[in-house]
Amino acid sequence: MAQQLTAKEPTPEQIVDQKIYTQFGVSDEEFELICGFLGRKPNYTEIGVFSVMWSEHCSYKNSKPILKKFPITGPRVLMGPGEGAGIVDIGDNQAVVFKIESHNHPSAVEPYQGAATGVGGIIRDIFSMGARPVALLNSLRFGNLTNDRVKYLFENVVGGIAGYGNCIGIPTVAGEVMFDESYEGNPLVNAMCVGLIDHDKIQRGVAKGVGNPVFYVGPATGRDGIHGATFASVELSEESEEKRTAVQVGDPFMEKLVMEATLELIDSGIVLGIQDMGAAGLTCSSAEMASKAGNGLELYLDEVPQRETGMTPYEMMLSESQERMLFVVEPQHEEQAKEIFDRWGIICAKVGKVTDDGRLRLFHQGEEVADMPVTALVDECPVYNKPSSEPASFRESASIDTGAFEEITDLNGALEKVLASPTVASKEWVYNQYDYMVRTATAVRPGSDAAVVLVDGTRKALAMTTDCNGRYVHLDPEMGGRIAVAEAARNIVCSGAEPLAITDNLNFGNPEKPEIFWQLEKSADGMSEACVKLDTPVIGGNVSLYNENAKGAIYPTPVIGMVGLVHDTDHITTQGFKSEGDVIVLLGDTKAEFGGSELQYVLNGAPSGRPPVIDLDVEKQVQGAVLSAIQQGLVSSAHDLSEGGIAVALAESCMSGCKGANVSLSSELRPDHLLFSESQSRILLSAKPEQAEKLTALLREQGVQHAVIGTVTGSNLTINVNGKPAINAPVQQLEKVWKDAIPCLMK
Amino acid sequence: MKARVYVTIKENVLDPQGTAVQGALHSIGFNEVDKVRIGKYLELDVDTNDRAEAEERIRQMCEKLLANTVVEDYRFELEG
Amino acid sequence: MKFAVLVFPGSNCDIDCYKAVEQTVGQSVDYVWHTTTDLSAYDCIIVPGGFSYGDYLRCGSIANFAPVMNEVHKAAEAGKYILGICNGFQILTESRLLPGALLRNNGMKFRCHQALLEVVNNETPFTNQYAQGEVIDIPIAHGEGSYYCDEATLEQLKANNQIVFRYVAGANPNGSVEDIAGICNKAGNVVGMMPHPERAVNSLLGSEDGKRMFTSILNAWREQHGAAING
Repeated sequence: MAQQLTAKEPTPEQIVDQKIYTQFGVSDEEFELICGFLGRKPNYTEIGVFSVMWSEHCSYKNSKPILKKFPITGPRVLMGPGEGAGIVDIGDNQAVVFKIESHNHPSAVEPYQGAATGVGGIIRDIFSMGARPVALLNSLRFGNLTNDRVKYLFENVVGGIAGYGNCIGIPTVAGEVMFDESYEGNPLVNAMCVGLIDHDKIQRGVAKGVGNPVFYVGPATGRDGIHGATFASVELSEESEEKRTAVQVGDPFMEKLVMEATLELIDSGIVLGIQDMGAAGLTCSSAEMASKAGNGLELYLDEVPQRETGMTPYEMMLSESQERMLFVVEPQHEEQAKEIFDRWGIICAKVGKVTDDGRLRLFHQGEEVADMPVTALVDECPVYNKPSSEPASFRESASIDTGAFEEITDLNGALEKVLASPTVASKEWVYNQYDYMVRTATAVRPGSDAAVVLVDGTRKALAMTTDCNGRYVHLDPEMGGRIAVAEAARNIVCSGAEPLAITDNLNFGNPEKPEIFWQLEKSADGMSEACVKLDTPVIGGNVSLYNENAKGAIYPTPVIGMVGLVHDTDHITTQGFKSEGDVIVLLGDTKAEFGGSELQYVLNGAPSGRPPVIDLDVEKQVQGAVLSAIQQGLVSSAHDLSEGGIAVALAESCMSGCKGANVSLSSELRPDHLLFSESQSRILLSAKPEQAEKLTALLREQGVQHAVIGTVTGSNLTINVNGKPAINAPVQQLEKVWKDAIPCLMK
Repeated sequence: MKARVYVTIKENVLDPQGTAVQGALHSIGFNEVDKVRIGKYLELDVDTNDRAEAEERIRQMCEKLLANTVVEDYRFELEG
Repeated sequence: MKFAVLVFPGSNCDIDCYKAVEQTVGQSVDYVWHTTTDLSAYDCIIVPGGFSYGDYLRCGSIANFAPVMNEVHKAAEAGKYILGICNGFQILTESRLLPGALLRNNGMKFRCHQALLEVVNNETPFTNQYAQGEVIDIPIAHGEGSYYCDEATLEQLKANNQIVFRYVAGANPNGSVEDIAGICNKAGNVVGMMPHPERAVNSLLGSEDGKRMFTSILNAWREQHGAAING
């Protein structure tokens, strides 16, 4: 084996003697295994390649036992986890392709570019499957918005998402932003992309056909982002600031061209296999493509387009320069492929060929510089069953009565406080920076339970949302996991769609800590139960671990991205009240449940006790009844009850519809409990007076607990509890509080 | 020969970026800053030794593409 | 009648303009690549929104040098209808087909939302189906849409009735001079506007107020050609 004779690269002996591999996150045991697979000591390039392939980000070595828990099949699932993105059938030979991915660590260090390249990466995952990206979503978490660093991160993450999505021309239609001290040093930036595809256009990332050429397309490779995958798999520290080389710069204009050219190439029908270069760049894409085909691959690194001079094989293989793809065609189609990329002005270089020896071999300046078995890189990374232990605090928290706070008598004031809490407040400041209308298919815009995007040329539409309340998961991972899935589905149903499937992004702390691993296990159990119950399999996702710093771990935050199918555009339903005189109906039961609630946060700061309890049978029943009521045309508006409970949901339906409401509730509960509790499986509906009877009859028939609680009025929100006035406020005044909260903090 | 081109927003045209940066500087204590104007800086490697010709060519580049003379001013320096 | 929708690298509202023509007036429409050197077959040329050439250097500045722009100049001189929307407006000002320039929004941020516009001039081929002074609801989506021109140019715009749309009083989203949202050339056959009429042709998507821009164009073309036939 030729040793790369660059002065700064250590020799194989030095790698062993100085344990250089540990700097790349490779353990002693893993290093021994690698030596075994190679039959010798690895050189610097090889240990670099192994280290990224065996990082958590690429190998899922710590999370595999967790991911096994998820249901991944269903009658509509055309492709589950393993490829760039999962695919679900939506009828008429059409399918929806979607995936969520995190860019947490890069965004913590360089928020604008970190977020922008996160968006760019997830878009590539979608179009490399052959799908046309039609919508973007993002799920964001930040610390307390009064902190200056948090403001800086928030401003620039939003700016980066806007900068990339707006320029490439894919609408950013939905998402969520939550604020809690837990995320102060570790913001979460999870980006999701949804695409549409015809069944016969579905692509796979496989290096098929021995002897076929392998092509590189996209901008030239630079030294940016080297070791990004490893970077994503360690805790953030003071040093992270210095690791800025791990942050890449996005070029959405380039990606737009690569996307159009790639879709044209795929349309031509000549592609055998294609994969984007995401984390671990050329290394991961080449090794995975070879592995999936059971083949080997040779790469001629001198042919790799290079932006900088003197790049070493190590640097080329590990660079995470953005907007690049790798594909395989038969030799006779080379010219046709090149012509397409030429017309779009994109570099397309033949950089290798498919072999039958099952090895990834790299050549540089006339010498072989690396030779590794593909299966060792992709499949042989050890899987760890990390120790798990239930924290003592969990048992103790069971006895806390979350409703035992001093009774709030100024309920108007409490409502305004909760509406002004940045997690609940209007996110207009955020989404007005996103072009959510481009491609003219956005029927329901950001600021709703779920966005709805029309499927051109049909009467179908797609509903989509992201969801997760990390406070609930923190207090009870299993219950919180269930709620995350159930709430996502509830949002989808409220928009008039049938939930189809989910993609998940598991954002957790350091899994080597038994209490963190316990959170992972338990939340995955909860999510799985809900997925099975609600028929929404997991078709793909992403794991982001080590989200912690000196102050501790983030709340466990398994973000759910869900897509649903609106069978007919007539079913599209929004949360805003529609007409004065409409009857308001509340579904579900309210108990005094405040663990992890927004009211608890506003009152106390830290969450305590247990989160609301969810009964998945009840949930399914409620969702089923609401969907059939919507499909029968009985519903004017539908809104799910979440943060801030009945009071906030009523206010939101009033504000979205520019209407008021006159509501009377009766209950055994304290008025403040009744109004702000976050009990699950509750939905607020409104119906035309002439439909109200039919609606309540349907709910009765399906055994759904419900109450007619009032009517839609002109301009005031009035809520009486047990005949006594509880809340009475002009909707305009509430709206001002709700809309001004974030802009005021960001001034 | 190397050309350094500076493009700035005209004096009489509002520069919201400059205003924002000025505000930020004040907020962190640099109150002595009266005015900030933000522009672009371009470095061009030009393959010629004829200074007069280079000047004329770069002036044309600025007029045609590098600056929008409706709202921007430009100046440049030549070196080498 | 034949419509062309220009496609530059980075255009992204091309598909929306294409769909809008099909849905509103059902006339023939083609995507036309930026390298095209003949536009003689088209009666109306739409320069769509997006981020042509990444909006690098300045919005619209590089697109101005695409081969197709020579043909756009010729078409403008020949009296064909030319509509620049958003980035298309930026391209038309960079190419001096329209006076002035588009600057960064005064709030510094990209803004995307519905905007109320007043139809100031309903005598152009693009606005003949609106009433003078009518307020219409058309979305905006731009980061650099603040129209600017010097005093002398502004006087000329007013004198020649070249201000086509204004944002309604108190709702100027970008700080443009005199709330200008769209203007035309002296002859009236070239219009540039920041708001997106092609996004307002379907009530399911929020507004139908943009439809009449497209029917106006067809109406103007028919009148012109009807007159020619009759005369």
